[in-house]
Amino acid sequence: MAVLLLAEHDNATLNDATAKTVTAAAQMGGDIHVLCAGSDCGAVAAEAAKLSGVTKVLCAKDPAYGHDLAEPLADLIVSLAGDYDHIVASATTSGKNVMPRVAALLDCMVISDISGVHSADTFERPIYAGNAMATVQSTDAKKIITVRGASFDVAAMDGSAAVEEIGAVANPGLSEWVEDKVVESNRPELTSAKIVISGGRGMGSAENFELVDKVADKLGAAVGASRAAVDSGYAPNDYQVGQTGKVVAPELYIAVGISGAIQHLAGMKDSKVIVAINKDEEAPIFQVADYGLVADLFDALPKLESAL
Amino acid sequence: MKVLVPVKRVIDYNVKVRVKADQSGVDLANVKMSMNPFDEIAVEQAIRLKEAGQVTEIVVVSIGVEKSQETLRNALAMGADRAILVKAVDNVEDDVEPLTVAKILKGIVDEEQPGLVIMGKQAIDNDMNATGQMLSALMGWSQGTFASGLELTDGSATVTREVDGGLQVIKIPTPCVLTVDLRLNEPRYASLPNIMKAKKKPLEVKEPGDYGASVEKRLTIVKVEEPPARKAGVMVGSVEELVEKLKTEAGVL
Ligand SMILES: Cc1cc2nc3c(=O)[nH]c(=O)nc-3n(C[C@H](O)[C@H](O)[C@H](O)COP(=O)(O)OP(=O)(O)OC[C@H]3O[C@@H](n4cnc5c(N)ncnc54)[C@H](O)[C@@H]3O)c2cc1C
Ligand SMILES: Nc1ncnc2c1ncn2[C@@H]1O[C@H](COP(=O)(O)O)[C@@H](O)[C@H]1O
Repeated sequence: MAVLLLAEHDNATLNDATAKTVTAAAQMGGDIHVLCAGSDCGAVAAEAAKLSGVTKVLCAKDPAYGHDLAEPLADLIVSLAGDYDHIVASATTSGKNVMPRVAALLDCMVISDISGVHSADTFERPIYAGNAMATVQSTDAKKIITVRGASFDVAAMDGSAAVEEIGAVANPGLSEWVEDKVVESNRPELTSAKIVISGGRGMGSAENFELVDKVADKLGAAVGASRAAVDSGYAPNDYQVGQTGKVVAPELYIAVGISGAIQHLAGMKDSKVIVAINKDEEAPIFQVADYGLVADLFDALPKLESAL
Repeated sequence: MKVLVPVKRVIDYNVKVRVKADQSGVDLANVKMSMNPFDEIAVEQAIRLKEAGQVTEIVVVSIGVEKSQETLRNALAMGADRAILVKAVDNVEDDVEPLTVAKILKGIVDEEQPGLVIMGKQAIDNDMNATGQMLSALMGWSQGTFASGLELTDGSATVTREVDGGLQVIKIPTPCVLTVDLRLNEPRYASLPNIMKAKKKPLEVKEPGDYGASVEKRLTIVKVEEPPARKAGVMVGSVEELVEKLKTEAGVL
């Protein structure tokens, strides 16, 4: 019994999501081998080797793996699959892109976005935007899984696994990377931040979103947004929290000018403490909030900034 | 070029989901069903490509119960040309797993030979986000997932993808599978005359066996439960009170 775990990284640092996925993998039983595939991922492999519970790191360096393209990565994983009962990755956009492809190549179903591990073959996952929790048992020979980071803690960094270099497999040449349009930010990452403050359509404009940014700076918080705010161009797409965006579970989540549609709640309702600021006392967001404040955000946010 | 668009009939996104008391699943009897919102975006994209002269025919396909015909008619009313219903289950509560859907779709793709398959990134019922990637794998094609931008040129697609860090642009050869994200376009409503016209558009009814596929389940549902409820919160009167409570009561500041 062994688990192959796909590391997520940008060739420089290991994503926090990987450390959470290790925690889930440890509950599946068996050795955990981490696969680091990238253009130049030696440093990342060394970092992955420290993850508690990891017994081996496989490091595949090749330009073909430099941009998380699904086709070459899936072929590499499939070439290694023979030795493993479980193949897992984080339920990030990268994991969701590659793992169903791996599963189909192995004639297995993929078990997407699991939030709990009951046993080696039985898992819990949210369905219907988190309005129901399904417990599913897999009859596949291999379990191909993506793991919801918000549901697992990060593994400790007290291990010392061996790193083994492995060769690349033939590049199927099915896709070509053109460019990444990444917004650089000094704020913590949305999915690993302890505090998240999100703005919705109520913010009214991209300029007004600065009111959220200022509070975030005071709190050292990450900034998120509702779909309506992203669609309206107030915030970039990778800020979206929800059923079809990112799932977060910080210590504190502050929703400002967000009505609380189920699709938004799906991405934040497991936060430890939820604060809602909305001028409409009937807004559904108040039903999940621990602390609700009925107020105009243009009045409340500057006050909040100075009170902190 | 022909485009294939798979559309799924799902619970309407506005309907409040009810978990059944016997924990066997979600109550889908007598609830409003609609086309999966992402699939509307996929259909819209296909229509726009046709309007731009890059596509000649749009074939929509749905795999599920007989009633999925309604969803297909809706896609035809939006502007698709013809439809295929693959009757795979009798009970609306029997969801067809992405691997099975992908295998049936492969059979259809082999027969229809489309230059492009455009589908939703995720069905809002099972939230799997898998079928497009699986079909692409079974075909040995390229995949352009979570697309918020698309440019088709001779023999290739330049796809802007919504990813965790922002956007990624890739270039892939056609034929390929694209899965669409929310911001690719805004789907149109079907006009009344088009709804009437759609009734006369061809709709074939098939079975999985026609494509050499069978409906299997790899995941057994052990139980379906309500998520844990959050305990009731309190309303605060001012920003000062809020900050005070977050510091002392909640201990998160
Ligand atoms: C398939 C699908 C997937 C989706 N996925 C997501 C998702 O992942 N994430 C997501 O967020 N949504 C998602 N949605 C959209 C979701 O259904 C809602 O439309 C969206 O969340 C609404 O965003 P909002 O709350 O910002 O806007 P609105 O619902 O318009 O709410 C704005 C709120 O701001 C308040 N407000 C206005 N002005 C002020 C002011 N001055 N001061 C204080 N309060 C003010 C109003 O009272 C209102 O409650 C999805 C929808 C579909 C169909
Ligand atoms: N039963 C089905 N019939 C037609 N299309 C489907 C079906 N199931 C999934 N799809 C397509 O696959 C996409 C992703 O679904 P899923 O992988 O289930 O999240 C959907 O948006 C549809 O385009």
